[in-house]
Amino acid sequence: MERKVDLRFIGNVIFRALLLFAAANLLFTLGDPLPALGRASAYNLIFPGRQRLPYGEDPDRSYNLSLFTLEAMFASHAVSAPKPVGEYRVLLIGDSSVWGTLLKPADTLAGKINAGNYTTRAGRKVRAHNLGYPIMSLAKDLLLLKTAMRYQPDMIVWLVTLESFPYDKQLFPPLVQHNPGPMQSLISNYPLRFDPNDPSFVKESFWDRTLIGRRRALADLLRLQLYGVMWAATGIDQDYPEKYERRQEDFDVDYSFHDLQPPHLTAADLAFDILDAGHAVAGSVPVLVVNEPMFISRGKNSDIRYNFFYPRWAYDDYHRLLAERAEARGWHTLDLGDVIEGGEFTNSAVHLTPKGSAQLGALVGPAILELANGGE
Amino acid sequence: MTLTQLLVFGAAALLLGWIFKERWRGWLMLIGSLLALYWLQPATPIRHLDFWLPTASLALTVLVWTITRPPTTDDTRPTLITGTLITALVIAIGLTRYLGPACCPTPTRPPDLPEVLIALVVVAALAAAVIRFAPGRRWLLALSAAAIIALFVTLKTEPFALAASAGLRALGGQSAEQASALDLRWLGFSYIAFRLLHALRDRMTGRLPPLSLQEFVTYALFFPSLTAGPIDRAERFVKDLRQPFALSVAEAMDGLTRIVAGVFKKFVLADTLAAIALNGANAAQTTSTLWMWVLLYAYAFRLYLDFGGYTDIAIGIGRLCGVRLPENFDRPYLKQNLTAFWNSWHITLAQWFRAYFFNPLTRALRSAPSPQVPEAERRGLPPALIIFVGQAGTMILIGLWHGVTWNFVAWGAWHAMGLFVHNRWADYSRAHPPTWDNDPRLKRAANGLGVLLTFHYVALGWVWFALPSLSLSQQVFLGLLGR
Repeated sequence: MERKVDLRFIGNVIFRALLLFAAANLLFTLGDPLPALGRASAYNLIFPGRQRLPYGEDPDRSYNLSLFTLEAMFASHAVSAPKPVGEYRVLLIGDSSVWGTLLKPADTLAGKINAGNYTTRAGRKVRAHNLGYPIMSLAKDLLLLKTAMRYQPDMIVWLVTLESFPYDKQLFPPLVQHNPGPMQSLISNYPLRFDPNDPSFVKESFWDRTLIGRRRALADLLRLQLYGVMWAATGIDQDYPEKYERRQEDFDVDYSFHDLQPPHLTAADLAFDILDAGHAVAGSVPVLVVNEPMFISRGKNSDIRYNFFYPRWAYDDYHRLLAERAEARGWHTLDLGDVIEGGEFTNSAVHLTPKGSAQLGALVGPAILELANGGE
Repeated sequence: MTLTQLLVFGAAALLLGWIFKERWRGWLMLIGSLLALYWLQPATPIRHLDFWLPTASLALTVLVWTITRPPTTDDTRPTLITGTLITALVIAIGLTRYLGPACCPTPTRPPDLPEVLIALVVVAALAAAVIRFAPGRRWLLALSAAAIIALFVTLKTEPFALAASAGLRALGGQSAEQASALDLRWLGFSYIAFRLLHALRDRMTGRLPPLSLQEFVTYALFFPSLTAGPIDRAERFVKDLRQPFALSVAEAMDGLTRIVAGVFKKFVLADTLAAIALNGANAAQTTSTLWMWVLLYAYAFRLYLDFGGYTDIAIGIGRLCGVRLPENFDRPYLKQNLTAFWNSWHITLAQWFRAYFFNPLTRALRSAPSPQVPEAERRGLPPALIIFVGQAGTMILIGLWHGVTWNFVAWGAWHAMGLFVHNRWADYSRAHPPTWDNDPRLKRAANGLGVLLTFHYVALGWVWFALPSLSLSQQVFLGLLGR
């Protein structure tokens, strides 16, 4: 029998709908299923895993997006597929130069190392996974490294540059700010010079954790899966503009570097404690710290600045301090700051052309092999 | 239409149906439609054009009303009241430019008041001249129809639209070098123009019922169907408008359910599929056959859900204020043949072309060579050829309605070919019933196969529809075939 539709009936429907909606929100808030939902992924199942972590400002062109759920980011990456037998798994972490701004996946450092077909003495095939993320911050690298340790790495290659070291850069990335739990746990467990209650961390209210409050994060999870279709169809995961502004060559008379003053940097100015923590997080997995290549200008005022990022005094001090720290701690390092010709940098002092990336791969690959063979 | 606009329209329609009845309903629908006309108009880079385009829609509608109005009608008082109301509204919208932060219902600031007043005086003078000197003249009806078609072709043809944009920019003191064919984003013109053409043509044939200015403007610019149709018929619309209406709870539920279904289709499903639907950018980037098919399927469903969603919303809002707009879709992708598809896809547009192009054309061809020759002596064209010419003409015109490009011609020709083949097959199978007709299981299988074939035929047609050029379409076809 058909139910008569009157105001009472509508009132009942609305009341029950509201009740169900409130219950769903409450359950969602209590259960916090976002990480579990993030792990549920069609990547590596229906779509091939991504070759680098999801990041993108213009999804319509890049078929990619930036999100903050670490589980979802890693679940979309090829690294989360079961590790093949005989793979010597190398995880590359670092900034946009590792992630590969303007580079196709095969042209990134990871792509070039894999193209080198390196095999360890024990017969394991070296497979590099690009876990770079386009923001310069060691704290961000540490957060990703901590998560990446779930994926059975055999070696960590950590590419660093001075711009990732100043303390004011560490808690700045939105990825760090939106993951207060894991980051605060790192701060508590390792002697890092940060306040776990730093106001930069996003503090979520009860309402922020409801279904309504999480709508953006949920939509991002869905969008990430959706862009899997485009990733599978095109192999494109960033916008490749036909024209871009070249890295700066000429500079003003400018000695500034963040809020640090010449003539000298000290070890306390730079977040070496994060590198220490990284080594501790890696545990028995060997870590190769690479001082990444940078553009060295020959233009106006290049006697003052190496490039857009660095005045010479700051970089030279950093270079010395890194070497001292590495020696003191017994780190494996590779200093490649000045090995790439200026013409092989694209739109930034650290972004390489495919050719520059191949040159870098030809230097990092053998170093990985040497370290791997030393440990096997 | 954004969700906010939709919410406002839904609430307005609900209030209209529930609280304001009888006399006020008609006036409020007119006012709502006029306000929506300006509010929904997208911004354009040409100065003040987002005010002038809705004003032009309104002016065209009023002028067509004066042209189609029966000369003997005694409607001076209601016409003056409606005319005054329309004028006052346009002036009020124009005056919002002086409101400061509260400005404006249009995307950008309206032009200076004197310009608005001059435009209104010109339109009023033209309308008065038609009423006074040439009411219901056949040549004027034909001339108006030709003018609307010319305007339509200008907007839909890239070089003409570009030239028009450059001209309008020059007129407004802007650089013509920046002109683009996309500058002339005229809200709902495709639908408004076809309603006006329908009125002009039906007036010529004497089928158009007498309509007051208020009724005619509300019909042509009815706010729920401004953006994406459907193209209602005036005689049907006005019947609803004249009927006493008080919104019942059941009707409100029907309307709201339809709106919710439409919102879900458009804003959840279609907008989600849009991210992976075939388009000019990803067509060239796709490297695998399988995923190319996925993109094409996504496009097919996205198009249906987008358009079908808007139609649901329009029908739902219409229902809340007592207007039962015609259906535009009837599960088109589940049809067993292309003819059935075209009876269930964009139904009101297909019916429009059937009524005003296909039927007159095939009638004319059947009676060839000359109506003066006695019927017994006539040697008309073969029926199959008549059907072919009629279908090809109709489908190519439907293609061109979307835009004057070779891709839309190809899309129309593809459907014309499919319809013709189906027509011949239907004729043949009537004379020679296929063996599977006697076996229910085989018949079910054949029907399923028909649905599958029809869907894929239609989906392949969307390749031309979705892409900007024939060469890119060819590239996609090759990709779909694995080459």
